[in-house]
Amino acid sequence: MLATEEIRQQIGRALKGQLADYVEIRIEEREASRIQYLGRELEDIGRSTSLGGNVRALVKGGWGFVSFNELGELRGKVELAVKQAHLVGKEASKFAPVAPVVDVVEPQMREDPTTVPLARKKSLLDEYNEIIWSTPKIQTSVITYGDSGKRVIFANSEGSYIEQTKIDLSTRIVVIARDDGDVQQVVLSEGSSGDFGFMEGLHEEVRQAARRAVALLSAPQVRGGEYTVVLDPVLAGVFAHEAFGHLSESDFVYENERLKDIMVLGRKFGGEHLNIVDGASIPGLRGSYKYDDEGVPATKTYLIREGMLVGRLHSRETAAKMGEKPTGNARALDYRHPPIVRMSNTLIEPGKVSFEEMIGEIKEGVYVKNWYGGMTSMEMFTFSAGEAYLIRGGRVAELLRPVVLTGNVFTTLENIDAIGNDLEMNQGGGCGKGAQSPLPVANGSPHIRIRRCLLGGR
Amino acid sequence: MENILERAKKVAEEAEVFLASISETPVGFEANRLKMLETRESTSVSLRIIKEGKIGFSTTTKLNDPDALVRMAVETAQFGVPARFILPSAQLYPQIEVYDPGVEAIPIENMVEMGDSLITKIRGHTPEILCHAGVSKSVGMVNIVNSRGGEASYRKSFFTIGIEGTLIRDTDMLFVGEIDSSCRPIRDVDALADTVIEQLELAKHTASVSTGRLPVILTPRGVRSAFFTPLALAFNGRVVVQGASPLVGRQGRQLFDERLSLWDDATIGYRPASRPCDDEGVPSQRTALIEGGVVANFLYDLQTAALAASRSTGSGNRARGGMPTPSVSALVIEEGDTPFEEMIRNMREGLVIDMLIGAEQGNVLGGEFSGNVLLGYKVERGEIVGRVKDTMVSGNIYHALKELVAIGREAKWVGGVLKAPALYCPSLAVASRG
Repeated sequence: MLATEEIRQQIGRALKGQLADYVEIRIEEREASRIQYLGRELEDIGRSTSLGGNVRALVKGGWGFVSFNELGELRGKVELAVKQAHLVGKEASKFAPVAPVVDVVEPQMREDPTTVPLARKKSLLDEYNEIIWSTPKIQTSVITYGDSGKRVIFANSEGSYIEQTKIDLSTRIVVIARDDGDVQQVVLSEGSSGDFGFMEGLHEEVRQAARRAVALLSAPQVRGGEYTVVLDPVLAGVFAHEAFGHLSESDFVYENERLKDIMVLGRKFGGEHLNIVDGASIPGLRGSYKYDDEGVPATKTYLIREGMLVGRLHSRETAAKMGEKPTGNARALDYRHPPIVRMSNTLIEPGKVSFEEMIGEIKEGVYVKNWYGGMTSMEMFTFSAGEAYLIRGGRVAELLRPVVLTGNVFTTLENIDAIGNDLEMNQGGGCGKGAQSPLPVANGSPHIRIRRCLLGGR
Repeated sequence: MENILERAKKVAEEAEVFLASISETPVGFEANRLKMLETRESTSVSLRIIKEGKIGFSTTTKLNDPDALVRMAVETAQFGVPARFILPSAQLYPQIEVYDPGVEAIPIENMVEMGDSLITKIRGHTPEILCHAGVSKSVGMVNIVNSRGGEASYRKSFFTIGIEGTLIRDTDMLFVGEIDSSCRPIRDVDALADTVIEQLELAKHTASVSTGRLPVILTPRGVRSAFFTPLALAFNGRVVVQGASPLVGRQGRQLFDERLSLWDDATIGYRPASRPCDDEGVPSQRTALIEGGVVANFLYDLQTAALAASRSTGSGNRARGGMPTPSVSALVIEEGDTPFEEMIRNMREGLVIDMLIGAEQGNVLGGEFSGNVLLGYKVERGEIVGRVKDTMVSGNIYHALKELVAIGREAKWVGGVLKAPALYCPSLAVASRG
């Protein structure tokens, strides 16, 4: 790994005496391994290492950014970023003050995946594949596993110097069933911020996924239209992320006067039972960290409390421009990108309703579980369920083909009329924004019920 | 590179070194103003070996440690998949123009001016619109050498300009935008501005639509957002050798409208997806995928071609220096003969879809798409009457493209990966709050 003391001195020399309002340097070293099965055969097994860094400079409200793999001539790179910022800057810089931090953060790990031998990882994936292939009518499977360990050094012109080591691992298991020209798939996504152990207990989930893929071949497709839907914790977490989380990212809001009017603190978005939180300081999840990529300590931020908009996610710049406090949500995918406002761990807090009560009151509706993905344009969001069932006469009935749900954030949150008591977090997600994807995040929720939710269909 | 190859040859039967470097200069505008200037330099080197018949792979950005690269590749090779292919030996590559020195020569100031003038023009039409824009130039180098004497290298330039505008009225949000890219400098921003202004004009009024089945015209952007991913997957040789593509065993069969022809093409001069050879050193080509509605070929890299007892179509791609895997270069759908205006004139009641969001999250492997209309219009009695909202459009490409009412006369590039005309589908499922 990096010779820290030498780098630290180099950084110190490079930052000295620059004509800028603010300068930061990030250096990142990463090791990763990946295994992919295509059907029964191992298709791809590989290892990678990378070393790179960037400089970001702020001058009169304008930014310069330089990224590189070659660490030499660091001072020259800082000068280039400062020069670029000078070309852009035309007004006073606004950048929320944060006390300088000097710290070294080691990851909290149960079992470090980067030290687990490839052979053990492979034999585990073999077991899962065996389960899939022992299911009749399976056409094929794709299993991907990846883990990475990275050390990030952050320093800025205000005297901060932070070293953070982060471990991340994720797996995606896709089971594909086929009947002539009809192809159906079921996807399992899981992840962890540093425990290889979670990879070991997936046997039953994999078995269910394989059976469901086959069952989908004979399942009907829902008719498109408005339904009362019940979302399981996984999908409700994706919903919280897509439908509201992105709208809370202040870089969408801070220079948009009209959006500021809409997203005014105190606005009512839902019933009093609705509480939505984002927080990297919630420990042990994939979106957890101690400092963000601007060196700001992580927080836990209420976005909606008792149905009202009470907070939003900030970088130092958006916080200053909106006269609010930084929340430690400026994150960069890697050294090739500047930090932007991102979510970390987003969740709907649990309420009081049991799953049975929630379902029992529905004459006709749809129960949706698991996720393929989600997307938002702020006002409109869509997200897709990997698993769906009709609800008839208060009971979960037959399996349907996967459905895509859509809605308008300003009406859908109000239409949540029941929030369950069974919070669960999902760690299989990766979030994309701009060119920066996938960023490790966690989403969670209890079961929730939404009235008049629009489903695409036949 | 030669150094890495020599070292790898000592421990493995075959070896291939892939080196890619890129230098990018993006200029970013936020909220109608210049926000950030960037310089991004990156280089990575990848090593693929065949040891005892099995493939090993490693990649790094650390160029000064070839031993570590070889060690990691050897470590993975013990578990690796058996190699079924032979690396390409020395050969001649087609002459495909993908480098224009004019791109590098464009001063940053001019790029800033372009972004400014694009935003100014659009705000001249709609002053309250908020625009994010980007103008970017880059130059990349690719070098490949292998133990069979194969050698390829080329330089590529890339220029792109894009804009996204948001217009908010109460809680109603309208998103408009356009992007253009080329291996040559793009100097004319007016065409982009005009497209966005036209979107703003058409979206001035809103219209309602009811749930049911309706005829739908997809613009080239609409074709991209609904059909591109299911098509790209279905013809991907990797999906085909798994038996997971609905097209397996259907080569030579008429599955699509007989006027529909689709090919993949990495040989068109100055297009961003073009190049003389793929990332394994196989010469680029134009590959017919659908000919007159009939399934023609699939896209293969070396390994999947061998598994399918076929030949590589020069479709081996490496995402950020990773293991090669087949993927499309640029899909091109052949033009038809119907002017866009005529399609609309002939529609009694239906939709024009310019952009769907989230259409690619469902069972894309099975050909399905289902997305929310981000930008789309209602047509009544041959005229666009307004923009539709809170509406989903769903279907399956194997039904939607089976019989088309019409194919547009003018094909248009959408980003760097698709050239398509407008397609008029007779009936798709529409769900709406009305």
